[in-house]
Amino acid sequence: MTVLALENVTKAYPGGFTALDDVSLTVAAGDLIGIVGRSGSGKSTLLNIMGTLDAPTSGTVRVDGVEAGALPDRRLATLRGSRIGFVFQHFHLLDALSAADNVAIALLYTGVARRDRRPLAVAALERVGLGHRVGHRPQQLSGGEKQRVAIARALVHSPALVLADEPTGALDTATGEAVLDLLVELNRTERATIAVITHDQGIADRLPRRITLRDGRIVP
Amino acid sequence: MSPGDVLRLGLLGIRGRRARAALSALGIAIGVATMVVVTGIPAAGQRALADRLAALGTNLLRVQPVSAGDQPTLLPAESVAMVRRIGPVEQVSAVANTHRVVRRSDLIDPEDGSGITVLAARPGLLPAAGAAMSSGSFLTAVTARFPVAILGYEAAARLGYDRLPPPGAPAARVSIGNRWFSVGGIMAPAPLAPELDQAVLVGWDTARVLLGFDGHPTVLYVRAREDTLDDVRAILPATVFPQLPGLVQVSRPSDALAAKREGARTFGALLFALAGVSLLVGAVGVANTMVLSVLERRREIGLRRALGARRSHIRAQFLAESVLLSALGGGAGAAAGIVVTAGYTAWQQWPLVIPLGPVAGGVSGALAAGVLAGVYPAVRAARLTPTEALAAV
Repeated sequence: MTVLALENVTKAYPGGFTALDDVSLTVAAGDLIGIVGRSGSGKSTLLNIMGTLDAPTSGTVRVDGVEAGALPDRRLATLRGSRIGFVFQHFHLLDALSAADNVAIALLYTGVARRDRRPLAVAALERVGLGHRVGHRPQQLSGGEKQRVAIARALVHSPALVLADEPTGALDTATGEAVLDLLVELNRTERATIAVITHDQGIADRLPRRITLRDGRIVP
Repeated sequence: MSPGDVLRLGLLGIRGRRARAALSALGIAIGVATMVVVTGIPAAGQRALADRLAALGTNLLRVQPVSAGDQPTLLPAESVAMVRRIGPVEQVSAVANTHRVVRRSDLIDPEDGSGITVLAARPGLLPAAGAAMSSGSFLTAVTARFPVAILGYEAAARLGYDRLPPPGAPAARVSIGNRWFSVGGIMAPAPLAPELDQAVLVGWDTARVLLGFDGHPTVLYVRAREDTLDDVRAILPATVFPQLPGLVQVSRPSDALAAKREGARTFGALLFALAGVSLLVGAVGVANTMVLSVLERRREIGLRRALGARRSHIRAQFLAESVLLSALGGGAGAAAGIVVTAGYTAWQQWPLVIPLGPVAGGVSGALAAGVLAGVYPAVRAARLTPTEALAAV
């Protein structure tokens, strides 16, 4: 089953720079893909378009069979919030909130009742091995733990696709390895569909499927 | 999202930066506190005045001649008796200026009367003029025939007698027209007849015998039934001075006090408007804080957009933060205003009147200021695209 389909996607910026040039790709349920490319290859643009954070200049994006370009902001936000999970290089955790509350934000906008949010968040933290850090603030966590909280947040609402943007980029090698192991593990045991965007060929090599970007095009 | 979720989101931004939140709420608080104080204190003062007027009575008329040309107008000596014959008149009394000088001692310059008038008083002056004694007793039928003086409140202070000497000590005396009078009592302030405060009163007959007083009254105090007051007022000039009724002026002292109250009210409106301006300044402070908050939290906005927040969710979050900030300021300001008002009125021994209207007005004004201050930052926050928000440093 296809969870994400890009067809002939082009993204051109004002001034004539084309970040993505006629990119087509599909992600099937249960995939674990590495999207690899050097800086400037269009990785970030591709991630933004896959995550419906940005719209392509031409071409179509389908998430779970729904064409994103045809939706107004209101429904696009709901689609994004319910079907996609994000993991960012710099974690993007809110300092004022505990780990569980950070995870629960992902349930806030998709209509999960308040009393159900916390148990789901705690369960998600347990899945990433942080059951003992539920009440900790981000400042009290190590880098690896922070990224695990972010992964729990990306998984808590059972999205169709998790997009991980340089998930190991802000971590040392050993911690990065462990985070990558966790993603591989979640894909294997829970059949989570994950796309990892990275500039590191070594990371991409550990993933079952790879797409290489160069100058805005997919290298065949 | 439930309304509770929106409120919690609003609180999140405030909890994260407490000192800044407190400072920007302070502006609102000062505005609202000022509103409550500038309305609460005059309201308590008016209530105190109304209470006092009710106690003093509003049925007093004051009759006084106006001078025509150089010659002072002299009311007929029998005018008091004439007024007493008007049916609805309940009480009438009078004082007359003796044009004598009062001194603490006969060693003081005989020209220096310290601005104190020596008045001859008819019996029944105290209840008619709404005055009371603070110590000693007023002239009685007996003491009115002896050299006994009663000191008005202000006159007593000027003559150096704050209270009567205790029994056994040398008796208090004053010199009036080179004769010694013993002090029989000191009056409390007389709000309806403030001229008595700066006067020394002696008995009517004593004044005639000892001070060469001519018997023409200067001021008449008339109490009549409240419902007939206008009628009595109309016939008083002709009754008092049938020959020249046009030279007689009748006034109602309680009106003067009420007019003073009106004056205070106008001033209060001005102060209230000023408090409104300071509330507005407070709103500008909140708007500033909110613009800053949006700028600093662009990544949070981007994250929330990535997690499924609609533009309207972001708008609601920042609007809620702004309104909560103002509401906290408004609540604190109202509480502070009530405390200050209560303290001041307790000090003045006025009844405490909590101005519910201005308290409600101030708090809802603060809420409105919060909405006003929050709209622009909230719209700006909602307009950020997810990618530019996430890319913010």
